[in-house]
Amino acid sequence: MKRKYKRLYFVAIGLVLLGLATGLILNALEENIVLFLSPSQVVETPPPSSKKFRLGGVVERGSIIKGENAQVEFRVSDGTTSILVIYKGILPDLFREKQGVVADGKMVDRIFQADEILAKHDENYMPPEVAETIKKMGQWKGQE
Amino acid sequence: MNVWFSKFANPNRFLKVSSVIEPWATRFTFALFGVGLCFSLFISPPDYQQGETVRIMYVHVPSAWMALFCYTVMAICSGSYLIWKHPLASIIGKETAPIGACFTFLALATGSLWGQPMWGTWWVWDARLTSMLVLLFLYLGYIALQEAFDDRVRGSRAAAVIALVGFLNVPIIKFSVDWWNTLHQPASVFKMDGPSIHSSMLTPLFLMALAFKAYYIWLLLVRVRSELVAGKVTRWKQRKVAD
Repeated sequence: MKRKYKRLYFVAIGLVLLGLATGLILNALEENIVLFLSPSQVVETPPPSSKKFRLGGVVERGSIIKGENAQVEFRVSDGTTSILVIYKGILPDLFREKQGVVADGKMVDRIFQADEILAKHDENYMPPEVAETIKKMGQWKGQE
Repeated sequence: MNVWFSKFANPNRFLKVSSVIEPWATRFTFALFGVGLCFSLFISPPDYQQGETVRIMYVHVPSAWMALFCYTVMAICSGSYLIWKHPLASIIGKETAPIGACFTFLALATGSLWGQPMWGTWWVWDARLTSMLVLLFLYLGYIALQEAFDDRVRGSRAAAVIALVGFLNVPIIKFSVDWWNTLHQPASVFKMDGPSIHSSMLTPLFLMALAFKAYYIWLLLVRVRSELVAGKVTRWKQRKVAD
């Protein structure tokens, strides 16, 4: 076998093996790589009450209640389960009903006390007029 | 197997071809940036949710694409350098690295500027952002390793190995938003069921992406040419000393 081909196979096999190893490692570390837990995951296997974690989902429609001193209450849902979140502070621009949200904090008596709220943006981009037209046609699937 | 591209592995032929391409790359860069910036700053509409902030995307997304593209070029060059020992492949890889590192930095910086008003944070350790930061470190590691040896050939070889191993990060970056839940939004352009960006925003995005690509080709040709000329000068000086 020519040395060129030897090197080619060495590089190719090396990359495949390294890829497999990386895949296994990432698979094993999945719990640490995900940014947030969904409400269903939190209800199924509740994290210890002293531990901080991130809760992610969609802000349930009609669940936002704005209180005094910039306090806000809303429910985060993943379609099957929802959890009440309480937060005091400034909300990001994209925070709104039916929009993705990630809250950082801990569970106290089945209520999520958040000390940071991040809004998630989805993959849809369009001008306002187009959004209006789709809404009028009743084919709107995203958030409002 | 590598007949057609071995032809271009000859530095003199490369210089000849690049002297034809280079002025065109320069013209395309200016023309595409001119049109692309007009579209992305003035003609394209604001987004229904983000308003004017959406315009950051026209720099952010092409930078991120170029960051991945440059790394892929670097990995292919490193592979063909290690396997077929093409010296030109090594030079193209080496000259691509700083350009790719700058695009990666630009993607991270513009993403951060967008994240602050939209997400409510400059930075979050999610899979997409973290893997992109790792890409920047891979670029820097490659550049540093290239220079870390007195013997240039050993430096190039070590850097080529790093580039190949680090290439595994490229698919991780691309699919990070699908494999794990992240704060970063999933893909909008290259996905199975077609782009979810309105055409009035897709046009400036593609124009800017092409402008970035032309700019890369222009920069790369200039850098490779100077490297080849510098090599010639060094050899000429060595011959002079020997005489």
